[in-house]
Amino acid sequence: MTTVAPRAPAELTRIERRRLSAATRAERRFGWLLCAPAVIVMAAVAFYPIGYAIYLSLQRYDFRFPQLTRFVGLSNYGVVLSSGIWWHAFVVTLIITVVSVAVELVLGMTFAMLLHYTPLWRALVRTSILIPYGIVTVAAAFSWQYAWTPGTGYLASLLPAGSAPLTSQVQAIGLIILAEIWKTTPFMTLLLLAGLSLVPDELLRAAKVDGASGWQRFTQVMLPLMKPAILVALLFRTLDAFRIFDNIFILTRGNNGTGSVSIIGYDNLFTALNLGIGSTISVLIFIAVAIIAVIFIKGFGTAAPGTALERR
Amino acid sequence: MTAVAAPAARTAARARQARPALPTGRKTRWGAANLVVVAWTLFPIWWLVALAFKDPTTLGDGSFWPNKWSWTSFSTIFHGSAFVQPLINSIVIGVISTVISVVLATMAAYAVARLKFPGKGVLIGVSLMIAMFPAISLVNPMFNIERAIGLFNTWPGLIIPYLAFSLPLAIYTLSAFFREIPWDLEKAAKVDGASQRQIFMTVIAPLALPGIATTAILVFMFCWNDFIFAISLTSTNAARTAPAAMGFFTGVSQFTFPIGNVAAAAVIITIPIVLFVLFFQRRIIAGMTSGAVKG
Repeated sequence: MTTVAPRAPAELTRIERRRLSAATRAERRFGWLLCAPAVIVMAAVAFYPIGYAIYLSLQRYDFRFPQLTRFVGLSNYGVVLSSGIWWHAFVVTLIITVVSVAVELVLGMTFAMLLHYTPLWRALVRTSILIPYGIVTVAAAFSWQYAWTPGTGYLASLLPAGSAPLTSQVQAIGLIILAEIWKTTPFMTLLLLAGLSLVPDELLRAAKVDGASGWQRFTQVMLPLMKPAILVALLFRTLDAFRIFDNIFILTRGNNGTGSVSIIGYDNLFTALNLGIGSTISVLIFIAVAIIAVIFIKGFGTAAPGTALERR
Repeated sequence: MTAVAAPAARTAARARQARPALPTGRKTRWGAANLVVVAWTLFPIWWLVALAFKDPTTLGDGSFWPNKWSWTSFSTIFHGSAFVQPLINSIVIGVISTVISVVLATMAAYAVARLKFPGKGVLIGVSLMIAMFPAISLVNPMFNIERAIGLFNTWPGLIIPYLAFSLPLAIYTLSAFFREIPWDLEKAAKVDGASQRQIFMTVIAPLALPGIATTAILVFMFCWNDFIFAISLTSTNAARTAPAAMGFFTGVSQFTFPIGNVAAAAVIITIPIVLFVLFFQRRIIAGMTSGAVKG
């Protein structure tokens, strides 16, 4: 009897623990249940095709000669990686990515400061800056294309007679970058604006009292505090710019050496009808994007979006 | 006035303590700077409007302002099905994708923001990866899969990839909104004996409605904007969306559409975007920045 008594509290906690764990298990099951449909869709549409793309990239698979389809190992990768077309497109894509993201960072920061500090017309400027963000890329690209087309366009008419900027490689890439900057600066602006509004006003006032100039307050108080927001904005925009497709498709159709890696991936499937090579390019683009993400997250310490959610 | 009414607390606070009377010089400088930004964002849009309203005979004049206004381009594209059918496809595919995506994402985001369960980190990591997927990487395999199972050139054939790509965006945005709903409400409901399911349906979901609406707008804009899936997974106007049809208006198909018609089509597909921006400006900004910066 005496041996039972001391065990009573332990038993109580065990019952309690069992009740708790029942509740925990119910919560887990409910959590999984809620997530299941989204997970199934994402797995079926994103992960299965990526696996299938890897499989296809190891095949000789040409729609013109379907009977010759067979396993060829890594030879497609050899073909793509030793071809000038891939590396040319890769360099074009890198140039577009680096230049447009760099310009957008400066321009976006300027716009964000303007939106944050302007004493008038705040709503009007915010509304108008959302228009490029929301507009269908193809619609905007047509606007730029017609503007630069000699004979119809007002911008082309500002240039010396006889120039057709969209048919020259360097000028066309410049115009593609311009169209990209116009379309995506608002995204950068609004992410930076959100970062800017987290900078405490008191700190800026204190720095002012201490005699810091406007530029010093910007570089030594604001920028360090905004670093996480800047890195996230850069990560998003870099990944997005590397995938550029719509603007090039409409503006030049990738002609005259203006094609990005996405454009040649598309062309290898729909123009050259080569599913094997097209899939190889798909996989290589995927790897490139993954490398960029890893550089940002591991190299620069960008907080991967969603990690804060995970932590709670 | 509008600036003071802004709910964004810090901005509003700053606006309230702002100078009672702005000196004219500063006012002019700010006004000029604002005008530059507004002009920069709107001039390509105006150029589309001008082209769309130009009389077809004056399309080549290169003038920034239509010299002769006409509705011809609009009436042309609304006669026949070359643009009307893709426009219908765009609307239907966009609406169906948005509804399904938001329902699935609401469930998942609630779980992510409120429940403890193993595998949550994996779910977040996985959807982050998908958000970074280059669309072209999926186009090649999807093209082959959809031809094999008969989804190629159908509405579901586009709805399914749109779901997969909009779900990460929707889950982030919604879980950020869910986290702002006070825990106490949920605890109170629990004390009153409500089940997990009842709490979700009667307490959380109604409070989350503004967030759900915001997410729906962002998802619809994403589907409305897509071009690469729309040109790759369709072959005729049976499923081709408006941007894809416009891409093939020019050159790629055997007959070339006049510039005025493409411009008119571009104006039509921009109208919903402008309406969203005008009416839901604040929501769109809150939604697109919540997942990225606060999360």
